[in-house]
Amino acid sequence: MPFNLWLLYALMLKSRLFEEAIAKLWYDGLISGEMHLGTGEEAIIAGIVSQLREGDAMALDHRGTAALLMRGVDPVSILRELLGYPDGLCRGMGGHMHLFSKEHLAASSGIVGAEGPTATGFALSAQYAHPGTIAVAFFGEGAMNQGMMMESMNLAAAWNLPVLFVCKDDGWSITTQSESLTGGDLNERARGLGIPAVEVDGCDLSGIWEASQLAIERARSGQGPSFLHARCVHLEGHFLGFQLLRIARNPLREMPDIALPLTRSILRPRGGALRERAAGLKKVLSAVFSTLRDPRRDSANDPIQHARKTLLSYPVRLNDFEDQIKQEISDVFASALAEVPS
Amino acid sequence: MKTLFFTQAIDDAIAQAMVDDPRIIVFGEDVPLLRRNLLVRFGPKRVRGTPISESAFLGAGVAAAMAGLRPVVELYMVDFLGVCMDALLNHAAKVEAFSGGKWTAPVVLRIPCGGGYGDGGQHEQSLWGWLAHIPGLTVLVPSTPADAGGLMLAALQHDGPVIFLEHKFLSETWLEFLGSGARRTVHYDVPAEGTKGTVPHKWEPIPVGKALLRRQGEDVTIVSVGLSVHHALETAKTLEKEGISAGVVDLRTVSPLDKTAVCEAVAQTGRLLVVDEDYEGFGLSGELAAVVLEAGISFKYARVCTEGTIPYARHLEDQILPNTERIYKSVRKLME
Repeated sequence: MPFNLWLLYALMLKSRLFEEAIAKLWYDGLISGEMHLGTGEEAIIAGIVSQLREGDAMALDHRGTAALLMRGVDPVSILRELLGYPDGLCRGMGGHMHLFSKEHLAASSGIVGAEGPTATGFALSAQYAHPGTIAVAFFGEGAMNQGMMMESMNLAAAWNLPVLFVCKDDGWSITTQSESLTGGDLNERARGLGIPAVEVDGCDLSGIWEASQLAIERARSGQGPSFLHARCVHLEGHFLGFQLLRIARNPLREMPDIALPLTRSILRPRGGALRERAAGLKKVLSAVFSTLRDPRRDSANDPIQHARKTLLSYPVRLNDFEDQIKQEISDVFASALAEVPS
Repeated sequence: MKTLFFTQAIDDAIAQAMVDDPRIIVFGEDVPLLRRNLLVRFGPKRVRGTPISESAFLGAGVAAAMAGLRPVVELYMVDFLGVCMDALLNHAAKVEAFSGGKWTAPVVLRIPCGGGYGDGGQHEQSLWGWLAHIPGLTVLVPSTPADAGGLMLAALQHDGPVIFLEHKFLSETWLEFLGSGARRTVHYDVPAEGTKGTVPHKWEPIPVGKALLRRQGEDVTIVSVGLSVHHALETAKTLEKEGISAGVVDLRTVSPLDKTAVCEAVAQTGRLLVVDEDYEGFGLSGELAAVVLEAGISFKYARVCTEGTIPYARHLEDQILPNTERIYKSVRKLME
């Protein structure tokens, strides 16, 4: 399949509009629990999922909506699942962190790192019973520090399994900067386990597409697993309502509740020496300062803006194209929200 | 006396213990943000963030405890113990027995548990019965701020591994962090007495393994733990208006179980209703029935527990988790 920017842009834009509308439903209180969006990682997902064929499998993390949508799972059924309706994708039992589609061989998990063993097992079935098919694991760099992820990469290498391990690296293990928690280089870690590793820019759609094309071809032809490392920015942080982003977006409202107890704690008699207290404060402030700027304000972080630049050479076609996609997503929401079960 | 929220009370008790005992250190996922008030007071040597590597840091906590520290290890949710169960099951729980009683692992695991806010069955479990099943583990499940702080202090002074479960519905910070996320459009039925309450100025340990009779009753004894204690108390008030006198025993500690308190209460009423947010089969509710039977007490029995995997949709989880309606119906049936 040749690289087709229009097609990939359509997948990305659909996913973005879909998730932005989900965010609105979540803020309106129509969707419960946590909500982890994939906004900001669309190029990684689109570049890879668009190359999957029938029989290929996906192991997804707690942020799997984009991959399912791009894989062709009915968007109305995903939405009705998030709304908790009995005719949702998983009959209201799974919710957004636990989305499953048996016919697409796609399984999600809210357990960080679980994508490793799942993709490895899907790949074992592929190697044994359906040669030529493959499995993809999507996970964050936080998951790279899970034992089960490293063990899976080793198993996939030892058994020469057709897996593509895709690390979507946004630099944050929930609210902690991953750099402060991670030893060594992740690509070197994969290579150390005998898996070829490729570094790509998570905003560079064609780079992702080309790198994954090679990796997928390797897997299909029985040459074993690959590791793809792509940096990206999650435009909404770890999940909607992410505390660090709330501080960035509305410091006057958020800071008093944090600053007052913090100041009181620093001044409390008995406890650490002044030097220790200062070091502690520095740690807290460094997390806050790292997110002082809202990532949504910087279009360089946005893979959709990135892809769109090339398409701007065809303004009329682009305009019609985008209008059509907007209409499509708007129809999906109208249809999903039309009937509320009694 | 002072008034604190549930999680504040736990943090406050930990801070008091940290001042008195330099062996106490705190580490876990996102601890720099979640325990920022401890971090700025005690510094980054004693309050640390960890990678999302539960097997490594829980296992390390167990061994650090064996080597003389008193670690408080935090996990995001009790469900995630599935990732690192070996450290608890085969190590923390076994050290004392294997060493002939000469060596213990005084580690405290502080973990949020419980459901009702629509996060799905991988993020809302209780699992205290599963943990209490293992010999060598102490399992604490407080239901009020005063108990939470007092039991945490006891846990920090205990000479073996303790699992301290903090129900997300009682914790103002967890429910805000995971359930509402600063939205004002979602609402949860949170028990006021459980989430905020008076606590002592100076914490004293609450003995491990001691239940508390929260309400006297003549007709039926409801035994419960954690959030469900509040559902039981609320239902008892309703039943009183209808002439049924229901007593409520708050176990506070799941293991070791306060058999005496349970048996005394059931011997008086002749009826036992267990309200347990953990799974129904092979767990605390069955154990309580066995304990009272072994004591030779004749009684009628029923249980309200979590039946099966917790659904994501809130209207479905409301049906599966214990609630006042299910408790009410069960008591009425026991009284027939």
